[in-house]
Amino acid sequence: MTWFLDHLGDVQDRTLQHVYLAGLPLLLGLLLALPLGWLARRYKALYAPFTAGFGLLYTIPSLALFVLLPAIIHRQILDPVNVLVAMTLYTVALLVRTVADGLGAVPEHVQQAATAMGYTRVKRFFAVELPLAVPVISAGLRVAAVSNVSIVSVAAIIGIPQLGLFFTDGFNRDFYDPIVVGIVACIVLALLFDVVIIGVTRVLTPWIRATGGRA
Amino acid sequence: MIVFDGVTKEYPDGTVAVDHLSLEAPSGKITVLVGPSGCGKTTSLRMINRMIHPTSGTITLDGKDTGRMKESELRRGMGYVIQHAGLFPHRTVLDNVGTVPRLLGMDRRETERRSLELLERVGLPTAFAKRYPAQLSGGQQQRVGVARALAADPPVMLMDEPFSAVDPVVREQLQDEFLRLQGDLGKTIVFVTHDIDEAIKLGDQVAVLQVGGHLAQLADPAYLLAHPVNDFVADFVGRDRGYRALSFQPTPHLPLAAESTVSLGERVSDRDDGWVLVVDGDNHPLGWVQAERVRGEVTTEMLHRGGTVARASGPLRGALDAALSSPSRRGVIVDDSGALVGTVKAHEVLTAIEETARPELVDADHPGASSS
Repeated sequence: MTWFLDHLGDVQDRTLQHVYLAGLPLLLGLLLALPLGWLARRYKALYAPFTAGFGLLYTIPSLALFVLLPAIIHRQILDPVNVLVAMTLYTVALLVRTVADGLGAVPEHVQQAATAMGYTRVKRFFAVELPLAVPVISAGLRVAAVSNVSIVSVAAIIGIPQLGLFFTDGFNRDFYDPIVVGIVACIVLALLFDVVIIGVTRVLTPWIRATGGRA
Repeated sequence: MIVFDGVTKEYPDGTVAVDHLSLEAPSGKITVLVGPSGCGKTTSLRMINRMIHPTSGTITLDGKDTGRMKESELRRGMGYVIQHAGLFPHRTVLDNVGTVPRLLGMDRRETERRSLELLERVGLPTAFAKRYPAQLSGGQQQRVGVARALAADPPVMLMDEPFSAVDPVVREQLQDEFLRLQGDLGKTIVFVTHDIDEAIKLGDQVAVLQVGGHLAQLADPAYLLAHPVNDFVADFVGRDRGYRALSFQPTPHLPLAAESTVSLGERVSDRDDGWVLVVDGDNHPLGWVQAERVRGEVTTEMLHRGGTVARASGPLRGALDAALSSPSRRGVIVDDSGALVGTVKAHEVLTAIEETARPELVDADHPGASSS
């Protein structure tokens, strides 16, 4: 506890860095997964290669990706952009299938009605399909958020500052206080992400509360 | 007017869903497409608003080729109602109804005013406006579906089995209100159903389609019942054709007999024997009682309610059914206000039926006449 109070400034800085490195890719990954998921839905032939292909990205060990990416995108190894790109890839890996399945869960008769009302394809996506896919996409986003918070800490090994540094620090000095503080901060952060996503989802889906989940 | 001219839909696997269909759906009338599953009725309907594109042939709307119109604009001019209503689950009832006006660029306030008006028009309380579709019953959702299709006041309505997913009692209500609404609005309606009774009840003209998308017969309901062109149509139209055709025969002047009546709370007079008709204060018939079984005053519990009541201005089917269903064998006939005008016996109705004309057979439909 005393260690925590003495290093309050450090904890605060690294938490904010952690939020940035895990949170921004969540948004970027979602933005990329939306069109990719839509394509996978729109063209049947793309569904299997897209969902399986992007899903495979998630199996690349994060440490390997952190080390390889700087060479691929021509960045310094210590540049946080490497981590942002890697985390965005992981988010896309988790979300393409979610988005495709979420859009696929929109009932056929609802889509038909939308077309028959005279919605153009683009308008129909934003006005009908996307809003109805929000609950499914949000569930996927919650998984991705927890996963990001946890994976980002690995970047400590290559020296990118965030909560993971407490783990390498504690390990090097055989001193548990920073490790415990890091773990607690990660858990709190994951919960915080979850609460934010649930809150935004509730605002975006008023009909689910009104109908008690029947839709 | 919507005109199908030699319209064919063939899928890449060679299946022919619609085969050289030529058909006119006149303005202001209800044209029903009816047939078993696989007869291409829904495909035909969806080719009108180009949700499905014909392989060959043209469909024109008031003389304009729909294939040359912008699809989203064509669709905004056609109300569309489907089986499960297809309401947007994430939008309130009010926003659902306002969909097409908003797409057409009408401002929010005006759209809401119109939508509320339409909710009333289809028989829904305006208190439903802020509810979501899942909070409504199937019948209520279907009413919202109809209101939504009417919202931009399109001249054309396309309806794909709109009433088949609700229970029979609600279905009949919806059909009756639909006819009343159409009486006010006079839209050009193309209506798809697999239910021949619904087709006969609602259609100004009925197109019977055969599997493979052939038009077997196009006629008004009375003609269809009287003169099915072939075995397929005869089978599909079904049994009791002669009896059902009476629905389209207005009741001529029937020889009505005066009926002695008794009011609720009165005693049956000693002169009466057999069945006595009970009426309320306005002379509206309530049911029959058997004089010799009544002890004391007539009460509601004693009423025999098996007999139907027919309007003098209604079709002959009602009059015949009233006579057949009455425990006294005397059919109860009322005026438009529901007040008793007299009773009639079955043989008298049959005599009247024999004197009415059946729809005249068109030459082309004569057995032996060359047909396509």
